[in-house]
Amino acid sequence: MSALVARQLRKTYRNGFEALKGIDLTVEEGDFFALLGPNGAGKSTLIGILTSLVNKTAGQVQVFGHDLDREPERVKALLGVVPQEFNFNIFLPVEEVVVNQAGYFGIPRAEARARAEHYLRKLDLWTRRKSEMRLLSGGMKRRLMIARALVHHPRLLILDEPTAGVDIEIRRSMWDYLRELNADGTTIILTTHYLEEAESLCRTIAIIDHGRVESVSDTATLLAALDTETFVLDLKRPADSLPALDGFGLHRLDPHTLEVQVGRDHSINALFEALSRHGVEVLSMRNKQNRLEKMFLDMLDKRRGRAA
Amino acid sequence: MNTELERWHRYWITFLTLLSKEVMRFSRIWVQTILPSAITTALYFIIFGRLIGERIGSMEGLAYIDFIVPGLVLMAVITNSYSNVVSSFYSSKFSRYVEELLVSPAPNWVILAGYVAGGVARGLTVGLVVMLVAMLFTDLTVHSWPVTLLVLVLTSVLFALGGFINAVYANSFDDISIVPTFVLTPLTYLGGVFYSIELLPPLWQNLSLANPVLYMVNAFRDGLLGVSDIPVAVAFGIILVFILALATYSLWLLERGVGIKS
Repeated sequence: MSALVARQLRKTYRNGFEALKGIDLTVEEGDFFALLGPNGAGKSTLIGILTSLVNKTAGQVQVFGHDLDREPERVKALLGVVPQEFNFNIFLPVEEVVVNQAGYFGIPRAEARARAEHYLRKLDLWTRRKSEMRLLSGGMKRRLMIARALVHHPRLLILDEPTAGVDIEIRRSMWDYLRELNADGTTIILTTHYLEEAESLCRTIAIIDHGRVESVSDTATLLAALDTETFVLDLKRPADSLPALDGFGLHRLDPHTLEVQVGRDHSINALFEALSRHGVEVLSMRNKQNRLEKMFLDMLDKRRGRAA
Repeated sequence: MNTELERWHRYWITFLTLLSKEVMRFSRIWVQTILPSAITTALYFIIFGRLIGERIGSMEGLAYIDFIVPGLVLMAVITNSYSNVVSSFYSSKFSRYVEELLVSPAPNWVILAGYVAGGVARGLTVGLVVMLVAMLFTDLTVHSWPVTLLVLVLTSVLFALGGFINAVYANSFDDISIVPTFVLTPLTYLGGVFYSIELLPPLWQNLSLANPVLYMVNAFRDGLLGVSDIPVAVAFGIILVFILALATYSLWLLERGVGIKS
């Protein structure tokens, strides 16, 4: 069953700006789905429509087979949303934020308190439950938004840049928790500007630009489409001259560092063998760019090149 | 429990959540929400009731201080019911936590009922406090409890709805004080709080009849003291018509997402 089906979604704002120009999207149940696109591509408008925060101009949305226009209460009960921007009453204590949200979904007080405790413990916020919102750090607020979105046990969780501004340690722990939720059956739609986040978490990736879906593909297929990858090599001894290697574009960043482009038809083993033959010893190697980032930028470049 | 009952049970919980959130809000800041009305009313009683009132003498057969009690209580109820909803709903828009409600399955009428009930709760709480303050200055016995309570609740509902509509259209904190300052206060002061319209020349008497607050103040005065410039049935009719109109308009605004959705 499809968790989400969007058909010909359009949104034109009052100032005439056409944010969505006929979005068609299907997200299968159980998927971990990334929605990528540059700023202003229409991601947040799309999420706004799905979560009833933005009025659509045209189109249709179905969540687990229920139509948003005809059965809004049913659809909303199935959705959890973590918005991009903080939207709390800053004077409320942490626990009240979650308990009140449960109340808005019609969950009785005692049950709401039990669920709030569960999610606040899970997200490492239980010890701060009596703190007012305004006293929390950015990372804590992000985690609280996840707890709030989960308190009614949604089957589809929509996260709009959930780890923006969060330090790497908390980001990793949030990733682990999101993987756990997905493994337990929650379908997740994620927008993010951290492309390694999408590559690490998501099985399907849709790219949106200028209010249209440019591509939808599983992550592996998308990455396989990369023509080249660029690696940075740290050398044991300084390289005074660059060896000519067939099939690899090589250039020196500094005497101890080389940058090498490896085509899809060549293997890393062949690169190391060739370097070794020329007496170049490599200490370590890293990707210059995240692979998905490279693919994403290539795709946007190609598209803009066509448009020009 | 069948599905229909479950649904109503969910609505009830949502309503109670909103109401308790509102009550907690105005209780937490009682120095800003409840105390000022008590102090202002005490000053009115001292100045207009005791110092000036004794020189005015009686009005409609009542001591002046007794005559102004219903108007002062109702003025506090009107102001507080309105202020509670306008400030609470506008804050939720301003800080965007109104989205917590918009993403929930709560129907619009439950959201509206929750906010209005919060306004009524504050209006009645302040009304009770003002009444207790009044007791320090007068010895009142309530003429008709049903009329008194019904007018209090209906007036409170009406102005809570007004506050909601103001909050929907407000784009800044200035916008939420314009209506209370330039509309509510003049209407209340000219609504027979301090005088009987029989004292006015015929033209001003007729103009006063266009002021809806006049009907509420007089209906409340009838409930409390048994005297009124207006037939009570007419007053109730007018209050109910206004409630129906404002409630319908508020629901339409919510349905369209005016001021809260792009």
